[in-house]
Amino acid sequence: MRYIPLTDQEKQEMLEEIGVESVDELFEDIPSRMLLKEPLPLPAALSEAELIRHFQELAAKNVDLSQTVSFLGGGAYDHLIPSIIKHIAGRGEYLTAYTPYQAEISQGVLQSIFEFQGLIAELTGMEAANASIYDGATALAEAALMACAVTGRKKVLLPATLHPEWKEVAELYLKSQDLAVEYIPYDPRKGTLDPAALEKTEWSQFAGAVVQQPNFFGLLEEAAPVSQRIREQGGLFIMAVDAISLGLLKSPGELGADIAVGDGQSLGNTVSFGGPSLGFFATSGSKLIRRMPGRVVGETVDKEGRRGFVLTLQTREQHIRRERATSNICSNQALNAFISTIYLSVLGKKGFQDVAFQNLQKSNYFQQRLLEIGGLSLKFSAPSFREFVIRGDVDWEEMNLRLLEHGFIGGLPLKRFGFPQAALFAVTEARTKEEMDAFINVFRGLI
Amino acid sequence: MPKKKGVPLIFERSVPGRRGYRLPKLDVPEVPVDELIPAEHLREKPAELPEVSEVEVMRHYTQLSRLNHGVDVGFYPLGSCTMKYNPRVNEDVAALPGLSTIHPYQPESSVQGALELMYNLGQHLAEISGLAAATLQPAAGAHGELTGLLVIKAYHKQRGEEHRTEIIIPDSAHGTNPASVAMVGYDVVEVPSDERGGVDVEALKRAVGPKTAGLMLTNPNTLGLFDENICDITAMVRQAGGLLYYDGANANAILGIVRPGDMGFDIVHYNLHKTFSTPHGGGGPGSGPIVVTEELAPFLPGPVVAKEGDRFFFTQPEKSIGRVQAFYGNFSVLVKAYAYILSHGSAGLREVSEVAVLNANYMMRRLQDVYYLPYDRACKHEFVLSGKWQKQYGVRTLDIAKRLLDYGVHAPTVYFPLNVEEALMIEPTETEPKSAIDEFIEAMRQIAQEAKEDPEQLKKAPQLTPVGRLDEAKAARRPVLRWQKTE
Repeated sequence: MRYIPLTDQEKQEMLEEIGVESVDELFEDIPSRMLLKEPLPLPAALSEAELIRHFQELAAKNVDLSQTVSFLGGGAYDHLIPSIIKHIAGRGEYLTAYTPYQAEISQGVLQSIFEFQGLIAELTGMEAANASIYDGATALAEAALMACAVTGRKKVLLPATLHPEWKEVAELYLKSQDLAVEYIPYDPRKGTLDPAALEKTEWSQFAGAVVQQPNFFGLLEEAAPVSQRIREQGGLFIMAVDAISLGLLKSPGELGADIAVGDGQSLGNTVSFGGPSLGFFATSGSKLIRRMPGRVVGETVDKEGRRGFVLTLQTREQHIRRERATSNICSNQALNAFISTIYLSVLGKKGFQDVAFQNLQKSNYFQQRLLEIGGLSLKFSAPSFREFVIRGDVDWEEMNLRLLEHGFIGGLPLKRFGFPQAALFAVTEARTKEEMDAFINVFRGLI
Repeated sequence: MPKKKGVPLIFERSVPGRRGYRLPKLDVPEVPVDELIPAEHLREKPAELPEVSEVEVMRHYTQLSRLNHGVDVGFYPLGSCTMKYNPRVNEDVAALPGLSTIHPYQPESSVQGALELMYNLGQHLAEISGLAAATLQPAAGAHGELTGLLVIKAYHKQRGEEHRTEIIIPDSAHGTNPASVAMVGYDVVEVPSDERGGVDVEALKRAVGPKTAGLMLTNPNTLGLFDENICDITAMVRQAGGLLYYDGANANAILGIVRPGDMGFDIVHYNLHKTFSTPHGGGGPGSGPIVVTEELAPFLPGPVVAKEGDRFFFTQPEKSIGRVQAFYGNFSVLVKAYAYILSHGSAGLREVSEVAVLNANYMMRRLQDVYYLPYDRACKHEFVLSGKWQKQYGVRTLDIAKRLLDYGVHAPTVYFPLNVEEALMIEPTETEPKSAIDEFIEAMRQIAQEAKEDPEQLKKAPQLTPVGRLDEAKAARRPVLRWQKTE
């Protein structure tokens, strides 16, 4: 077989060394009535050339973002990805290693995770970050669980404006431990959390309160009042932030967050049908840092005093603490975190701010152009970043199918999330003025 | 000779004003930021990201890569992690724009290829496991465990049997098993192993009862041993009303030979990054699909892919537990695993397991005279030795592991499973040439000799690595977890 180097003669030598006649003897401890008598009904093996052809055919059944101009977002974004990333992240030393259990021969992975933690801490304005969680939704769920564990309280307050899929994940994680979820309602005119509702909330019951910034609709929330109230009453303030927005917007640290989480797909990872992405998780203060879920890398020295990096604070983790661990997470999204590390390094301090700035400018431009079309309006009045919701008497799902015929995909139809006449448009720095203008022309003709 | 110098942090290479990647010039009319966003939302202090050029980024991470071991660098017999070769054609097909740059919210008609792939992969995993239906959503093995346990919980709840709150786990189980049990609010009941290394059936008999929600088992277990009493074990738990969860971490031993469904299991998770060769990426991304019986299929997380005629579409299982992450799972990892399955076919997968088992047994037999072998019977894809004979020389398993690094190989998993003293858990996989296996055996034998004659050599190890043994206690006592700007 293709990836098995042993020759028949070598196999024979090895069988002799073991002292058996055939490989079958090595399976004799399996009750014979369980053994498969027939081959598995799988397709016949493909050679490398056939395999490539097969996948090209599969790929051709999809319309990808290089063939179309898309304004889809809603948690996965088409940002520019520097070419250098695939060349570094494709190196076998990173790609084919595992969790760096043997630190002395894993300094490459360990130092890059240490750098990732530093970059995330900088972005979020928090003291420390872990090595990654599966995605933004699970990072938020873990943060909510941590708030309950730290405070001993059994209820978490989520924003009604949270990404609907993140709500589902958080609810599933919390409810399975008999922890309750309540929602802060939003003002349907502004599209952001309702200040009047904050007055009526009994904050002292909650382990933590969450704000997503920008929220699912792309709108900017007033985070400070939530932060202040929940923290005054002994709960944790958790911010779920968009990574790119941190080039422009106030950081969770500046807003007093105890935990900052988010999804890192937009930091150099392809959209890849929604995964793999990465969740980032940051917190402040020694007490909370020691309760974080997942891997953490720390700096230390060897016997000669040389700087080196190791997995640390491992007594939080499942392989040591078993059922008393802070989480069950083991494998995380290391390579995606590494991609984000390269992205943030090569963009740098100024380049990263430029990305956020261009997202703001381009989404504003496109929003204005859409609003020139009769019958469309902004569904919500709060200021937005990169994404915004357009309302219009349009079947947005049907519209996207028609747009596809012209090489475009419009916004995300919000029908599936309960807003039949609305669509969520995302505009990143990857969209050009030419593309946007061409979309407007086509769209005007279809509406 | 200039002294060996460490690689500075990327932050330490920063020079104010230096730039790497640049965006195209803004091509839309610029509006002052504060007209679009009220000042109170704006960041006061920009993040202190490094200021470096592209070539510096390239050199930095290339230098760091040279400090790292990987399957591409050398032998990596890390037990229960299945560090097999990662075929590069799988990387190529996963990077095709038609598979890597599709958006999860595109109209279904524009992602039929992706849905077809997910559908077929689910079907193949069902065949390989002997079960009925799959979800590809879990992002890793532990995430699959969590998902499977949530399915178990939903199943009992539906039957009005919420008093079932205990999950039975053998003492040889991976740490993720009990941790996942705790994540869903269940209690762990641990059962010991018997003298043959399997589940102690008498102890299991005492452990099962009206509170039993299920059993989690890795088979072959973390000792690399197939549980000979598997029929009795699954029957006993089923009779008590519990469900059976198969931890597929060690599935590389049984592909095409025996199926978890035929052993009596209801739920299986596969680690696609282990068994199906998708790279481990320095710790992820993995993928941990679960496959379940017909009866449990309605509880799976949604959406799942279904097929009608030639059309593929997403659908929500009737009694779905909900979602375990956003979107549909680690899609590009699924692509690579699917490519692996298609490259092998049925006979190929069977040969994978046969050779993985052959390699492990060969190594075990060639090492058992110098290291204590706690369970002397045919192993499957991995085996566990003990460093206890070496203790008389003041040498511990940790020293043996560190000395192996000087020989240019990765150490086995050490101090696990917990039921073997000074454990060394060795998994060669099927993709190693015999020469690499023999070199490792020679290194292990040499080290056994050194332990007798020159134990200091082992305690000083490693000496040929980029850094020497690192002070882990210091790292944990006063954690330094990030770079910080010094004014």
